[in-house]
Amino acid sequence: MSFKRKDLLGLASLSPEEMALILEAAEPFKEVSGREIKKVPALRGKTVVNLFFEPSTRTRTSFELAAKRLSADVVNFSPSSSSVVKGETLLDTARNIEFMQADILVLRHSSAGAAEILAKNSRLSVINAGDGWHEHPTQALSDLLTIKEKKGQVRDLRVAIVGDLAHSRVARSNIHALTKMGANVRAVGPPTMIPLSLQRLGVEVFHDFDKAIAGVDVVITLRLQLERQGRSLFPSIREYARLYGLTAERVQRAAQDVLVMHPGPVNRGVEIAHDVVDSGSAVILDQVANGVAVRMGLMYLLAQRN
Amino acid sequence: MEPMPPKHHQESVIMDSHEMTRALTRIAHEILERNKGCRDVGLVGIRTGGVYLAQRLKRLIAQIEQTEVVLGELDITLYRDDLSIRKDQPVLKKTDIPFHISDIRIILVDDVLFTGRTIRAAMDGLTDLGRPAEIQLAVLIDRGHRQLPIRANYVGKNIPTAKDENIRVLLEELGEEDRVAKLINVGTAA
Amino acid sequence: MANDIKILIAGGQVVDPGQWNGIADVLIEEGKISAVEPDLQQKLQGVKALTTIDATGLIVCPGFVDLHVHFREPGFEHKETIATGSAAAVAGGFTSVCCMPNTQPVNDSRSVTEFILAQAAAAGKARVFPIGAITKGSKGEELAEIGELFDAGCVAVSDDGVPVMNSLVMRRAMEYASAFHLPVIDHCEDSQLSRGGSMHEGAVSTELGIPGIPKAAEEVMVARNISLAELTGARLHLPHVSTVGSVRMVREAKARGVPVTAEACPHHFSLTDEAVRSYDSNAKMNPPLRTDEDVQAIKEGLRDHTIDIVATDHAPHAVQEKLLEFDAAPFGIIGLETAFPLTLNLVEEGLLTLEQAIAKLTREPARVFDLSHGTLAPGVAADVTLIDPAATWVVDPARLHSLSRNTPFAGWTMKGRVVKTLVAGEVVYDRESVIKEQR
Repeated sequence: MSFKRKDLLGLASLSPEEMALILEAAEPFKEVSGREIKKVPALRGKTVVNLFFEPSTRTRTSFELAAKRLSADVVNFSPSSSSVVKGETLLDTARNIEFMQADILVLRHSSAGAAEILAKNSRLSVINAGDGWHEHPTQALSDLLTIKEKKGQVRDLRVAIVGDLAHSRVARSNIHALTKMGANVRAVGPPTMIPLSLQRLGVEVFHDFDKAIAGVDVVITLRLQLERQGRSLFPSIREYARLYGLTAERVQRAAQDVLVMHPGPVNRGVEIAHDVVDSGSAVILDQVANGVAVRMGLMYLLAQRN
Repeated sequence: MEPMPPKHHQESVIMDSHEMTRALTRIAHEILERNKGCRDVGLVGIRTGGVYLAQRLKRLIAQIEQTEVVLGELDITLYRDDLSIRKDQPVLKKTDIPFHISDIRIILVDDVLFTGRTIRAAMDGLTDLGRPAEIQLAVLIDRGHRQLPIRANYVGKNIPTAKDENIRVLLEELGEEDRVAKLINVGTAA
Repeated sequence: MANDIKILIAGGQVVDPGQWNGIADVLIEEGKISAVEPDLQQKLQGVKALTTIDATGLIVCPGFVDLHVHFREPGFEHKETIATGSAAAVAGGFTSVCCMPNTQPVNDSRSVTEFILAQAAAAGKARVFPIGAITKGSKGEELAEIGELFDAGCVAVSDDGVPVMNSLVMRRAMEYASAFHLPVIDHCEDSQLSRGGSMHEGAVSTELGIPGIPKAAEEVMVARNISLAELTGARLHLPHVSTVGSVRMVREAKARGVPVTAEACPHHFSLTDEAVRSYDSNAKMNPPLRTDEDVQAIKEGLRDHTIDIVATDHAPHAVQEKLLEFDAAPFGIIGLETAFPLTLNLVEEGLLTLEQAIAKLTREPARVFDLSHGTLAPGVAADVTLIDPAATWVVDPARLHSLSRNTPFAGWTMKGRVVKTLVAGEVVYDRESVIKEQR
């Protein structure tokens, strides 16, 4: 089986086989990233454009490293530093990039569906690097790879996703990835942070973290957008940390070899207690390393498309 | 791996199991002779067929010399020069060379030497991993039609072929009876 | 002049809700209906200056009345003008339309009202009835000069597009408007609850990650407005009802005798939030497309007359404005040219009779705003629509008459097509001549 898609827009529409294919493709690139010369010529002559309408140093850097290690030429476009001004539509911007003969467009945008709209109207291969609250597929694939490496398999694992699921693209992509791979997913957060009908995505909803964490194999904590405090989603950071922070005591309630994950950057002492971040359970840095490998594998697959 | 030939092919055997073992044994001796033993020698098989042949050479050298040489596996997919023109999507495999290749004499091992492009890619891949003292090339079959200035140091057998002929090295490790076969397409009309 | 001649619309199935339903001829004299009878044609043989329109196989009904359109003039003429909007109206069979005041400037003064009426007269297509603003600049603070707006020709008041959030202002508006017997229309939306939302809040918005607008944003305002109508006795008209809860509250209010009327838009009974899945901004309007449960409730409301009328909320936006990210695109779709076939679907489903469906587009809206149209009664202006009920056609946005193209029904096969529209006895839309022009 080979990867036939032009774009990667989200995991909701991907089959488990397609996800497995991307993970398989990522595998050899971990070895490449461990070399002295961290570069292979697979994408020599290809152009990758990082079009980021929202600032995100981490994700952009990860894509940039991935493309460069494949020998692609990388251009970073961001609204503040380019000709993208108010008035030019997203599609016009994309069309310009297309006619500069770019091959892969990596898009980060604050609007859900931006990547899909762009992919439909362009010949470019589009990789969704996060669209609004919708999806962030490469992050979830890195998480999947990390879990697979540490646990051997994903099927039947108990995974808790904790935090503001309503406003999280990482949560949505992870829910799709994990449920499709056969994990049992628990969504944990105050009702203000759990979107309506979330159960329809195949997860079990909990508001009590102490109950939800019992026996879980993996805890994915989501980043708390501290500025949301004013929007009545939670009364105070203190109360949030008390009810939904991953403390050492809570870790005790999980399975013995529980994995603690976070898409970064971590608010230490809020989502995860300081000592848990630095404990052996945390695989946050593995997620980062796997992020580069997954993005390399994905770009390699997309570039093969004729 | 390329898919197995369909049934409407006929094959003629160029090299049987015994001949194959004899050729590999000779190559093992030649490697030892040329390198004056096997100190600082490493075998690197090119995926997939080359890996099994390299394993056999390692065993033969161990029998002759009572010394284990280091062995690595090289996937050259990322170094191919035809990635963007191929219709299929080559399966990526891992490169696994568990030793430092710098200052070592590397014997690249492959089953069939044809255009030379695979070897070019393999040499690029190797030099990205370090700076070997020397790269030598061992192949079971040299079928000619080179497109690059590449020559093998060790050859099991030279076989003159037509450009469109299909030469296959079939190995026990891949579930076949050991042999080298020329596949003749009988289905096509004249 | 057309007014000097007699026109006979012969042999059609005349559907004049409450008056006539059967094969008959319609005679028009001096721009007015003079008779609806079978076999008029024979009686009139030999009469000079008689133009006969053969309506065999066609439905002949009063011209449609739309209580809810946005014609964008003055201020947003790149989206629609009164001329293009009127052309779209008559192409969809609408001979009377009521245009909302959210123009630039807002229609909160006699001069804007008179400008709209003058532009409509110059366009010479549909009758245009302006709706005045409730508050100055539709800012929700001070009452507009509703008396003067009434005087200038406004048929209702509304701050449509924005809700009147201040309940005291709404109370005063209702009290004041009742002096002129003017209906008050409130776009029911609690703008705090809906803030940031782009689509219905539910399973689909959760999956798509699009900020949602809960049903409660509409329902709390429907509840408030019904309470205020009960308090003041004012005529309350609820536009674009979109939820189960709203329908239930209107039903209860009507049962109690509260003077409330309600409208439903064709998109709200033809589509659900599933249509947003492709992030097509032509599926974005406010109130948003809801769920199947809501669609069923709206249909039931239409059937049991809880919902009095069908109105389009025709809201044109230019292509470049809609060709944006879903949350950045403006709310609204055009509807005048697809409203009839979508309403006819309710007849095909067996929900309404043909006569009931046509009543929701003619007699009922005329009643809600006290307009002397929507009927073929003798003496009334001859606004007549002729329909081929069997004709099927595919919606091609490029061939619609509106200046804008923002319809979610592109590519849909529609059954039922307007073939001729008359206003005051003059043919203002003729499909045959349109076809000739397009060739």
